[in-house]
Amino acid sequence: MSENLLEVRDMRKSFSVPNAGKKKLCALDGITLDLARGETLGLVGESGCGKSTLARTLLMLERPDSGSVRFDGIDPFSLRGKELLAFRRRVQMVFQDPYASLNARMTAGDIIAEPWRSHKGLYKGRRDRDTRVRGLLDLVGLGAKAFDKYPQEFSGGQRQRIGIARALALDPDVIICDEPVSALDLSVQAQVLNLLNDLQDQLGISYIFISHDLSVVRHVADRVAVMYLGRIIESGPTGAVFDRPNHPYTAALMSAAPKLDGEQRPERILLKGEVPSPLNPPSGCRFRTRCWKATEVCATTAPPSAVDPEASGHAAECHHPLLQKGTLASV
Amino acid sequence: MSTQLDLVPVKPTTAIVGEPETRKRSKWFRLLVNDRVAAAAAVVLGLVFLTGIIGPMVVGNLATHIDLDNSNQAPFTLAHGWANILGTDPLGRSMLARLIVACRTTLSVAVPAVMISAIVGSAIGMWAGYYRGWRETVAMRVADVIMSFPSLLLAVVVLYVFSPSAANIVLVLAITRIPVYLRTARAESAELQSRLFVDAARTFGASAQAIIWRHVVPVVLPTLLTVATLDFCYVMLAESSLSFLGIGIQPPDVSWGLMVSQGRTYLHTAWWLSFFPGLAIVITTVSATILAAWARIATDPGQRWRLTVPQKRLSRFTKTTKALA
Amino acid sequence: MTAVAERLPDTDDPVLEVDGLTVDIRTITGTVRAVNDVSFSARRGETLALLGESGCGKSMTATALVGLLEPVADVVGGTAQLADVDLLRADRKKRREIAGTELAIVFQDALTALNPLYTVGTQLAEPFRIHHSMSATEAKAKAIELMARVGIPQPETRLNSYPHQFSGGMRQRLLIAMAVALNPSVLIADEPTTALDVTVQAQIMALLRDLRAEYKMAVVLITHDLALVAEEADRVAVMYAGNIVETGPVAEVFANPQHPYTKGLLNSVPVHARRGDQLKSIGGTPPDLHAIPDGCVYQARCPLAREICATTRPALAGGDRKAACHFPEEVPNV
Repeated sequence: MSENLLEVRDMRKSFSVPNAGKKKLCALDGITLDLARGETLGLVGESGCGKSTLARTLLMLERPDSGSVRFDGIDPFSLRGKELLAFRRRVQMVFQDPYASLNARMTAGDIIAEPWRSHKGLYKGRRDRDTRVRGLLDLVGLGAKAFDKYPQEFSGGQRQRIGIARALALDPDVIICDEPVSALDLSVQAQVLNLLNDLQDQLGISYIFISHDLSVVRHVADRVAVMYLGRIIESGPTGAVFDRPNHPYTAALMSAAPKLDGEQRPERILLKGEVPSPLNPPSGCRFRTRCWKATEVCATTAPPSAVDPEASGHAAECHHPLLQKGTLASV
Repeated sequence: MSTQLDLVPVKPTTAIVGEPETRKRSKWFRLLVNDRVAAAAAVVLGLVFLTGIIGPMVVGNLATHIDLDNSNQAPFTLAHGWANILGTDPLGRSMLARLIVACRTTLSVAVPAVMISAIVGSAIGMWAGYYRGWRETVAMRVADVIMSFPSLLLAVVVLYVFSPSAANIVLVLAITRIPVYLRTARAESAELQSRLFVDAARTFGASAQAIIWRHVVPVVLPTLLTVATLDFCYVMLAESSLSFLGIGIQPPDVSWGLMVSQGRTYLHTAWWLSFFPGLAIVITTVSATILAAWARIATDPGQRWRLTVPQKRLSRFTKTTKALA
Repeated sequence: MTAVAERLPDTDDPVLEVDGLTVDIRTITGTVRAVNDVSFSARRGETLALLGESGCGKSMTATALVGLLEPVADVVGGTAQLADVDLLRADRKKRREIAGTELAIVFQDALTALNPLYTVGTQLAEPFRIHHSMSATEAKAKAIELMARVGIPQPETRLNSYPHQFSGGMRQRLLIAMAVALNPSVLIADEPTTALDVTVQAQIMALLRDLRAEYKMAVVLITHDLALVAEEADRVAVMYAGNIVETGPVAEVFANPQHPYTKGLLNSVPVHARRGDQLKSIGGTPPDLHAIPDGCVYQARCPLAREICATTRPALAGGDRKAACHFPEEVPNV
């Protein structure tokens, strides 16, 4: 049993699109990543990069076309029936939209207890279940009074806490957080991020934290992976990736995000054009249509992995990585 | 724990949406009362149902009491007794009494027909919408087949072949109305599949039936109720048409449609024979339609604000001059 | 390139002056004051940011100025002078005259703001045909020019495309194009980039900056993103529960906030936080507009709250820098 909780190797997933004939929408094109116990992996990328598809596949809402997934040594996609049901307890999700992810006609208590209706063996009696729900409500900072209230009576941040409590109901090992704070107000974002932090310290859960907000990811993630058009184009320890980006896209993302501290910043990198359609990804390196360093080789050959000389876990796929032989090449 | 919050639950901060869910019944009542036309329609409909339930007991056998001396008397005069205030029919029976008894018959055909078609149609629709794929295709084609028959013609054929009893009428009307519910329920169910809380339920391994029962049914129900209210009108009119054609309710039973039919030959001499039952049909269907329109707005949280604004303001968009004056 | 370096005011007189704007909403449970006594001014070539979280009244302020309030909302007080028109008292005819020519607005969701049934060319030509009575061909030429100006590639061919055929960033450019078509004096941008990716956001904000300089417009930027305000705005007005609680030049307000709410917001942004740090969050829950207390609107969540805060509402006092707090000197300790 390896020390990694989750190992994904070369996962691919395409969707057929109604009006595109034979062409398929390539959502995931060879994803490889690892997640250790108790660790937070940040997943960063813009719309269309495939991070939602990745989340859904890891939750087994979609089946990958090829590639392998190993969760604690087991391949979850080979499980059936009762084993599959038992496995589902180990990976749960916190959704982005606190308004759409809760059924408005169920009380908070019902929502949190819903997972147990499919796993009847866990808490047998009504009283046991209620006690556990109240325990979870306390754990996420909502208090027992929230038990009988409907989602409309809560604010966005409180609803997100209900979502987190629901995700915790089955005692999972991994929680996938899909933009959990994007829809929340700033003051509430901080509260929820602190909560997620505390829960990880207390319960030892691993997180896969998907977000487009780089400052948030920097705050919560141990390691980060940057996605573009279905591939992970850079990954490594958070500090290394953010402070010394190796891939031009990562550098452009860092540069584009507005910064609060207004220190003297280098000239902002403005990328040309827009993200190409996943139906028709560019040949060779996918980023070449917008990259200011692109040359002929980028169109013909898939880019190799370029490892950061100063941090071994930090790698990017690029023909012309920004970090060359230990020096930060000029952008 | 450092992230403990106050226990006070808070309404969402956008001011438009902010009604306390705890007082559910009074909320619906207030929404209804605010729309005066819908409230009136609800009262009328309530009276109709009340008449149908207890009316025949009150009226007794006045409806069947034949009095040939009093045949075809004009309405709006008390000269022949209070019971004949709406006139009498060729056999001297009180129009008022017959109307009341006919109310029960008409409702006892329309209501079961609507309920059967609603339950069967929505169940199949929700099931088809959940699974999609071939189940959806088959269900939709079956609905298409039923819809492509002119329903009244189908009813005529069926009732001609089998005898026109009340049960058969209910059955035929129910079957021809199934597609309406099937298509509505399928569409809503299919749309719900992409909702996040359904995905969440799938992630903890909920089975198809569990998801349909827990999540799809409560969301689809308001739409179905609105459709059912409108459908009620249609079924009433269909039953009236069938009785008018002579293959619906058979005498000595009486329904509004049958009364209209029987009064046809006397239109020039005794207009009230067809007029009052016709009026009863119109009043009931119009009330039901108005209530359905109200229900459509009231059950949609996004549109509900229209019922909180006094009617005349809806037509004007900038009222700043008036407010500041 | 910072926003301040590009400021080219023609004159110091504000082109839009809002004074005491108050908006009430009639809900089924009573009247709610969504915007309370809001005053600000916007100058040419300058960006004023209305900063606040959801429900603070910033969007409602914008819709009140533009005259698009929902029927349940009423403006019950205040003035808004633009050119020589009071926006809040203008009749329909006057509003139509200044719409687009003096005052323009860009919304957040470009897909719903554009009519899906008409081509982009038709919609872009519309302002010209209405206000300048141009012929179809002239207006079409203008539309092409406009599309090129906002950076849409191949405008001649894309003129006949429909809104859904464009990407999110392109649609937002189209909205901006329609807004600046007639060279307005004031452009209100209501969360223009919230729904866009961060790289596209950078492009759109750069475009807005260029247009602001070229047309010498005053820009009112409504947003909840502090970093965006720090980079793009010259002045900021921070709103909470329908009131402005602090206002002043952005650099000063962010470096030295004088209201606990502003300080709290700044604390909540994980700027330098590292993995595992606790963020200093604002306690409590968002305000309930049905139950605004007497005294200071922020008292329920304020760590500095004292007796006087419950009884007396602090006035927005000061010169260029205003803050509505009884104890501004204690804010650095928050």
